[in-house]
Amino acid sequence: MAEISSASAKSDRGFLTPSGRGLFGWIFSTDHKRIGLLYLYAILTFFMVGVFLGFLIRLELIAPGRTIVNAQTYNALFTLHGVIMIFLFIIPVVPAILGNLVMPIQIGARDVAFPRLNLLSWWIYVIGSMMALASLFGGGGPPDTGWTFYVPFSTEATTTNVTMAASAVFVLGFSSILTGVNFITTIHRLRAPGVTWFRLTLFTWALYATAWIQILAGPILAITVALIVVERVFGTGMFDPLKGGDPLMYQHLFWIYSHPAVYIMILPGMGIISDIIPTFSRKPIFGYWAIAVSSLAIAFAGSLVWSHHMFTSGMSDMAVFVFSLLTFLVAIPSAVKVFNWVATMYKGSISLDPPMLYALAFIVQFLIGGLTGLVIGSAGTDIHVHDTYFIVGHFHYVMFGGAAFAFFGGLHFWLPKFFGRMYNKKIATWAWGIMVVGFNMLYFPMLILGLQGMPRRYFDYLSRYQPLNVLSTVGSWILVTGLILMFVNLFRGLLRGPEAGNSPWDARTLEWTISSPPPHENFEEIPVVDTYPYDYS
Amino acid sequence: MDLEAGHIVPYRTFIFVWITLMVLTLTTVLVSRMDLGPLNIWVALGIACFKSGLVIFYFMHMQYERLIFRAYLFVALLILAIFIGLTFFDVLYR
Repeated sequence: MAEISSASAKSDRGFLTPSGRGLFGWIFSTDHKRIGLLYLYAILTFFMVGVFLGFLIRLELIAPGRTIVNAQTYNALFTLHGVIMIFLFIIPVVPAILGNLVMPIQIGARDVAFPRLNLLSWWIYVIGSMMALASLFGGGGPPDTGWTFYVPFSTEATTTNVTMAASAVFVLGFSSILTGVNFITTIHRLRAPGVTWFRLTLFTWALYATAWIQILAGPILAITVALIVVERVFGTGMFDPLKGGDPLMYQHLFWIYSHPAVYIMILPGMGIISDIIPTFSRKPIFGYWAIAVSSLAIAFAGSLVWSHHMFTSGMSDMAVFVFSLLTFLVAIPSAVKVFNWVATMYKGSISLDPPMLYALAFIVQFLIGGLTGLVIGSAGTDIHVHDTYFIVGHFHYVMFGGAAFAFFGGLHFWLPKFFGRMYNKKIATWAWGIMVVGFNMLYFPMLILGLQGMPRRYFDYLSRYQPLNVLSTVGSWILVTGLILMFVNLFRGLLRGPEAGNSPWDARTLEWTISSPPPHENFEEIPVVDTYPYDYS
Repeated sequence: MDLEAGHIVPYRTFIFVWITLMVLTLTTVLVSRMDLGPLNIWVALGIACFKSGLVIFYFMHMQYERLIFRAYLFVALLILAIFIGLTFFDVLYR
C-alpha cells in the first residue's frame, strides 16, 4: 500500500500548497492538518517561554541567597513556569498537535467530525493564552500563587493579577473540552469501512481515553477557577471558614481535575510510544488489547486518586488511607503498558532511528517518574518528602522525561510525513543524547535534594544543598543546548531537507499510505481496511 | 433520519414537568429548614439529581435520543457521582 502515488508526490505540496489567501488561508482553515500545524507553532512558542522561565529559576538556584532575582520575582517565575508549561504546553500538546495531524488519517477519515469547532478550539486556545500573557502586565503584577492557585492565598492574601490568570485557565479549559468532544465523535462516527475498534491504532485509542478525561474533568477545572474569580470579586466565602466555607474543598475541586489532567498529559504520549516501538522493532505490538484497555483503565482509575496531593493538608485519615490505596491501582495499567513495550522489542529487529531513541528514553525516564510516584503515593513516606524537591524531580520525570520526550519522538516520527522532508538523523541523534544527559543531570539531583529535605518553592536554601543545585543548574544548560539543537535540526530539515517519501519508516498504519505532504481531505477515496495496524510479521 | 427531524413534545408534558420542578424547589426550601442530620445532604442532592434528570430528559430531549447517548450521559453522571462520593471519605471522617 505504501507505494501508491509516490511518483506524483514529488512536486505536490499537498495541504501545504498555498491557498492564495495568505495568512487567512491558515488561521481560518478548517483542515485538521493546518489546524494541527497552527497549534504546533502556537504551543511551541509558549514552550520556549516556559523553558526560558525554567532556565531563570535554575539560574537563581545556582547559589543560596539572592542570585539574579528577589523572592517576589522568583514566586512569579515559578508560577508562570507552571501555568505556561501545564495549561499552555503539556495539556494541549499531543492531542491538539499530533492528534489533529494524525488521528483523522489513521482512522481513514477526511477530517474531524466538527472541523469548524476544531478551528474554534484553536481560537479559544489563542484567546486564553493571550489572557494568560496579559496577567503578566499591569495591575498588581504577575501572579505568585503557584500554578495551583491554592486558597486562601489566591483569594485573600495576594494582590497580584490572579483574577486574570484564573480567567485565562477558565477559557483554555474550553479549548481542551471541545477538542475532546470532537475527537470522541470523530473516532465513533468517521472510522473508514473495516477500521473496527480492534483495528484502531494504539495512538487513537490513547487519544480516545484522553478525550473522555477532557470532557469529564475539564468542566470541574472551569468551575473551580471560576469560583476563585467569584471569591476575589464578590467575596462569597465558598472557601472561607468564617463564612461557613471550607478551604480544603478548593483543594479537592482543583485536584479532581488536575490529577486526571496528569493523564491527559501522559496518555497520548504513551499512545505515541505504542506506535513507534512496533515500527522500529519490526514486530507486531505485544498485547494489543492489554495496551488499549489499559489506556481506558488509566483514564478511569486515574480519575479516582486526586487526594494523594493532599496527604499533609489536614484532611481525614480515612481519606488518606482510601486515596493511597486507590493510587496504587494506577500502577497496574501503567506497568501493563511498560511490560508490553518491552515484550514488543524482545527479539525484534530494532533500528535506533531518532523516534525510537526518544521512545527508549521515555520508557526509562517514565519508569523513574512512575516508581518515585509510588514513594509519594504511599502516605507514610509522602509525609517526609511532601513539598520537597523530591516532588519536583518526580513530576518532571513524568511530565518532561515522559510526556515531552514522547512528544519529541512523535515530532521526529510524524513531521517528515506532514512536510514531506527529512531532518538530519545524525544531528537528531546527537541532540537526543545531549538532552538525555542534560535532563537526567538536571532532575536526578532534585530527587536526592528532596530526600535530604530541601523544600520546594523558595528562592533560597541552606548552603549544604549547594553542590547538587550547581549540578542541576549545569544540567539545565546542557538540556537547553540539546533542545535548541533538536528544534533547529528538525525545522531546517522539514523546510529544506531531502524528500522523505511517503513512508520513511516503512510503517503500516493508514497515514503512511497517502502522499507526503498529505493532500487536502487526505483520501481521494475513503479506503477499505482489512489489515491489522501493526502487521510487521 | 427521523431522529434529526426532531420530536414534537406536547405542551402538557412540558407544563407537567415545570410544575414538578417548582414543587421540588419548594420542597428543597422547606427541607432546608429542618435538621435531618447526615440526611440533609442526601435529601438535597437527591432532589437536585431528580430535577436535573427531568430537565435533561424532557427539556433537553434526552428521553427521545438513542441508547448510546443515554448510556454516555449515564457514565458521565456516574463519574460525577463518584467524584462527589469520594470527597465524603474526607468530609464525613474529619
